[in-house]
Amino acid sequence: MGDYLGIVVMAVLALSFVGVSLGVSALLAPKRPTPEKLDAYECGIVSDQESVERFPVQFYLVAMIFIAFDVEIIFLYPWAVRMRALELFGFFEMALFVVVLLIAYAYILREGVLDWAPKRTLDRETLMQGFRVEADRAKAALSEQDRGRKSEAA
Amino acid sequence: MDTVYPLTLSALLFGIGVYGILARKNAVMILASVELMLNACNINFVAFGAAWNEISGQVFALFVIAVAAAEVGIGLAIVLLIYRNHVNVNVDEIDSMKW
Amino acid sequence: MNIHAAADIPTSPADYSAIAPELAMLGTGLVLLLMIALKRFKNDSWYAAIAAFGTLFSAGWAIALWNAVESGEVGDDHVRFAFSGMVVADGFGAFLSVLICLAVLLGILLSDVYLRHENAGKAEYYILLLFSAAGMQFMVISNNLVMMFISLELLSVCLYILSAWHRDRSDSQEAGLKYLLLGAFSSAFLLYGIAFLYGATGTTNLVGFEQYFAENVLFSSGMVLLGMVLVVVGLCFKVAAVPFHMWAPDVYQGAPMPVVAFMAAGAKVAGFAGLWRVLEVGLSAYELDWQPLLWAIAAITMLVGSVLAIVQTDVKRMMAYSSIAHAGFILTGLVAANEEGVRGALFYLVAYTIMVMGAFAVISLVARRGEQDTSLEDYRGLSRREPLLAGILAFLLFAMAGIPGTSGFVAKFAVFGGLAGAERWVLIVVGTLASVLSAFFYLRLVVYMFMEGLPLEAKTPTLSRLPVPGVSAVVLAVTVFFTLQLGVLPEGLLDIAGRATLFAG
Repeated sequence: MGDYLGIVVMAVLALSFVGVSLGVSALLAPKRPTPEKLDAYECGIVSDQESVERFPVQFYLVAMIFIAFDVEIIFLYPWAVRMRALELFGFFEMALFVVVLLIAYAYILREGVLDWAPKRTLDRETLMQGFRVEADRAKAALSEQDRGRKSEAA
Repeated sequence: MDTVYPLTLSALLFGIGVYGILARKNAVMILASVELMLNACNINFVAFGAAWNEISGQVFALFVIAVAAAEVGIGLAIVLLIYRNHVNVNVDEIDSMKW
Repeated sequence: MNIHAAADIPTSPADYSAIAPELAMLGTGLVLLLMIALKRFKNDSWYAAIAAFGTLFSAGWAIALWNAVESGEVGDDHVRFAFSGMVVADGFGAFLSVLICLAVLLGILLSDVYLRHENAGKAEYYILLLFSAAGMQFMVISNNLVMMFISLELLSVCLYILSAWHRDRSDSQEAGLKYLLLGAFSSAFLLYGIAFLYGATGTTNLVGFEQYFAENVLFSSGMVLLGMVLVVVGLCFKVAAVPFHMWAPDVYQGAPMPVVAFMAAGAKVAGFAGLWRVLEVGLSAYELDWQPLLWAIAAITMLVGSVLAIVQTDVKRMMAYSSIAHAGFILTGLVAANEEGVRGALFYLVAYTIMVMGAFAVISLVARRGEQDTSLEDYRGLSRREPLLAGILAFLLFAMAGIPGTSGFVAKFAVFGGLAGAERWVLIVVGTLASVLSAFFYLRLVVYMFMEGLPLEAKTPTLSRLPVPGVSAVVLAVTVFFTLQLGVLPEGLLDIAGRATLFAG
């Protein structure tokens, strides 16, 4: 243990040096902050607007829904503790409570809040539409060729 | 236990919350201050419940927690909506109508 | 605290009939939510129709409850407590429940037109409207401060979202944010007050308060008074009473118009009912303490609302200050704290709900798309372009000003009658002064519509006649009819309101 004493002393000295020098400069240095000085350094050019960020709203929605359901759960705890005393009445009241939450959950599912990834599989309707477009294009090309041949023949 | 201590704590928290609402410009910080105030009330409820040897104080606290979560959820949603239109949520700068 | 000692929790038989109107309201909202989850209709008017149907159903239950209370079926003294004293079935609650249903119904009709016009329609709008109404209904029947707080939050949270509903107008979102921040702030005060009342008495039940104060002599009533003041502050915020009115003008100006109309009527009803229940039932022992407080609030609310409305140039903002002034008049009914006063306040609430719905129906028709045309200038010479609409609006404004022959006059007369009974002469003088002041700005708008010529730029004559959808026409007809009917033959409603004052044994 004693072998490491030097390292400990060294570490303490190093930390206290950092602390003292930062502390002294914070105390003694003149502070004249301007908005430009406080800005993040970007190649020395003063930035005149906020950078445009992508704002993934999905995180927020899921977090909010998590909080809502998470908090609703606290009402289950008192019931769980006194479940036997509350008997069937308590059970049905709690079932009603959960059903109401489930309706909200069904709505959330329907609104697609929990669909994280973009849809990979094409549904039938989109697929058929794609086919139709392709078919129309091919037909148009064919009739164009036809017309060309006819004019040639003429 | 003496009820004075939790009451003092909650009064301090409530005061900090009021100060935060009055002094802060950022809507999110104001919401956080509201949360502080509501939790100060919760401390009061639990403390009084203990003092009266009564359960309803704690029950009330549970309801307040749920209500506070709902309120903040809605609040953040509206703040988000405004953030996307204004790119800032300083209540001083959201003043297309007289404040 | 020994939690485990409570071995047999009293599970009182659940008395669902006491909360049937509220359950109908909530149930309709849930059905709509489920419908969206399963399949969406193309036409949003379907949702409006279902919501309106549910509201009628709720009103039917409320009327049935009123009849049961009247016939004395519900227990001693026409009052029955349900759900361990959480709610109370009495005439007061049933009366206001029906009134809230009326506000929702007219609100739905206005919303249907507005949302189709503004292209902002979605079924969720009606769900929020119904949940908010359920919150209001729960508030008017709550007999426990826990219940009152939760219902207040339910109604407020839904109104916050509805205020910010219009996605394309940043004013609407701004209104929502302001309403939310200040509303949450005031809720916290209310809650802190409730905590102190609970600490002082050991219960949150309003009847429990009454009993506690009757049985115990308090060593010091500091905690009760602190709690009382905080609760009054929190509830006065909801009814937009001065000095807690700062949110109202901005929210009224920014929020979608049907929401404003619904909020002006419904939130006032709920806030008023909450105040009356807390003060008259819970804190009746402290009447000498809360009466001066309410006196002062009512007086400055009437005056400030009337005076500040005069300097407004936007009609929606003017309506906001007018609603503040009306809140003051309604509060005077509580200051009187006698049967005539509260009867007058109840009548006033009905009359105001009808007037404000009609007025906003006209304003939103005149505003056309985008809620642009709401400044006073836009009303210049309206009678030339739209004689009928201008006439209806003028009539409703006369009613709000309290011209004899309209419901507004009877309402003001009724609350002042209560004040006279309580010998509050100074407040009567203040109220009369405020009515005269408020008549000024209502008449100014009428003058703008009828006396002034068209603006010189002549942008208006080129506009086509405003289309009046059938639904709006129904709202206008109903509101004008009842405003006139209650003005000429008010006895029926006054009698019913008199039986709903909480005093009736």
